[in-house]
Amino acid sequence: MIRVVLPFHLRNLARVDSEVALEVVSPVTVGAVLDALEARFPVLRGTMRDHGTLKRRPFIRFFACKEDLSLEPPDIQLPAGVLSGAEPFLIVGAMAGG
Amino acid sequence: MSKIRVLVGTKKGAFILTADGKRQQWEVSGPHFAGWELYHLKGSPVDANRLYASQTSGWFGQLIQRSDDGGNTWNTPDGEPLPAPGEFPKGESNKFVYEGAAGTHKWYDGTQHPWEFKRIWHLEPSLTDPDTVYAGAEDAAIFKTTDGGKTWKELPGLRAAKGNLWQPGAGGMAVHTILLDPRNVNRIFVAISAAGAFRTDDGGQTWKPINRGLKSNYELPDPDAEVGHCVHRIAMHPSRPEVLFMQKHWDVLRTDNAGELWADVGDGLPSDFGFPIDVHAHEPETIYVVPIKSDSEHFPPDGKLRVYRSKTGGHEWEALTQGLPQKNCYVNVLRDAMCVDQLDPCGIYFGTTGGQVYGSADGGNSWNAIVRDLPAVLSVEVQTLP
Repeated sequence: MIRVVLPFHLRNLARVDSEVALEVVSPVTVGAVLDALEARFPVLRGTMRDHGTLKRRPFIRFFACKEDLSLEPPDIQLPAGVLSGAEPFLIVGAMAGG
Repeated sequence: MSKIRVLVGTKKGAFILTADGKRQQWEVSGPHFAGWELYHLKGSPVDANRLYASQTSGWFGQLIQRSDDGGNTWNTPDGEPLPAPGEFPKGESNKFVYEGAAGTHKWYDGTQHPWEFKRIWHLEPSLTDPDTVYAGAEDAAIFKTTDGGKTWKELPGLRAAKGNLWQPGAGGMAVHTILLDPRNVNRIFVAISAAGAFRTDDGGQTWKPINRGLKSNYELPDPDAEVGHCVHRIAMHPSRPEVLFMQKHWDVLRTDNAGELWADVGDGLPSDFGFPIDVHAHEPETIYVVPIKSDSEHFPPDGKLRVYRSKTGGHEWEALTQGLPQKNCYVNVLRDAMCVDQLDPCGIYFGTTGGQVYGSADGGNSWNAIVRDLPAVLSVEVQTLP
């Protein structure tokens, strides 16, 4: 199972109060996790990546095992720590700054 | 006794204000969708319990929310039920995709730039069907649902009306006003910041610019250009749908022929810059604006928050000040943040970027702050309930 941590507002939309455990078919890539997440919670479609192009929204970040995967292609495989369930895949709203 | 429900969209959530017909004692519920920008909420004219809301975020994009019980509970229109395992999700109610090849519009540097959906500024429910709603988008386009918000389709003919020449201003380029003609289901008016006003007479298939008479001396190289004018708001009285009133970037104007020609009626105002404009519910020649000092200083002239009323459709204006701050007031009133109820005497409501929502139960003669400390107000709509 892949553990996914959502930001506050997306947890509210998905009506979950903690991290989400997802069954993701191998190869477990960033794109595959997002596909599985949107399949489980349709309301999240369009909130992390654009509906039409499936491009990551500008202020969404993907972190895993202390690495920033946001700028990697969606078919990049997740690190072993995430695959084993030891570490979560983090979906993060970028800092607003200011 | 009638009841009033005011729907307030703010930078950090939605609030619902309710009162009886006296409009003296108010109850406040909210924040709904706390932490999100609620650009606009509006109720169906034929089903008062059916509300639509545009919930948006720079981080998480666009959502449409719907209530079928007057705002007590909300759902994304197709968010329930969840699909079975392995079933492809629907999740279409926040899917706003331009029809066909998205095309391009004019960019700040003069080049052509692809249309990119950002958010829904305005929701306009049909006058006859609670499941039909029009949505005004940034980048400028109009979308329509006929299934209660579950799916949306663009009416691409609007962008065909010289859309390649539209150029966003600093506030973006959005369809922010949608007016439905109560006498002609095929006629719709829209207004677009930095593009102008447009009209369809065939239900949205084809559109034409209706900007003749507008002059933008300091905003456009050709002050009389067919498109490109920064229209801030247009308003209509339902008994005379061919008469429209406009608050432009600068200038307050009217047309008596459905936009074929506009005339300036703003003489006598302390400033003819502003954002909202609205029409009295029972007096089609009585209109309201909130003068703002200038495009460089978005606050009331002299620190005095004044609504100006004309009972003659323009030219002659009176300041309405009773109950409004007359010193040290530097808030703005945004384009979708003023509305009128249907009671007699007519109620007027407006919200400010300082978080106040003011109401008048006597046509504007006197005002009270219904709430004072909300987040910055983006939109105000009112429902008059039996």
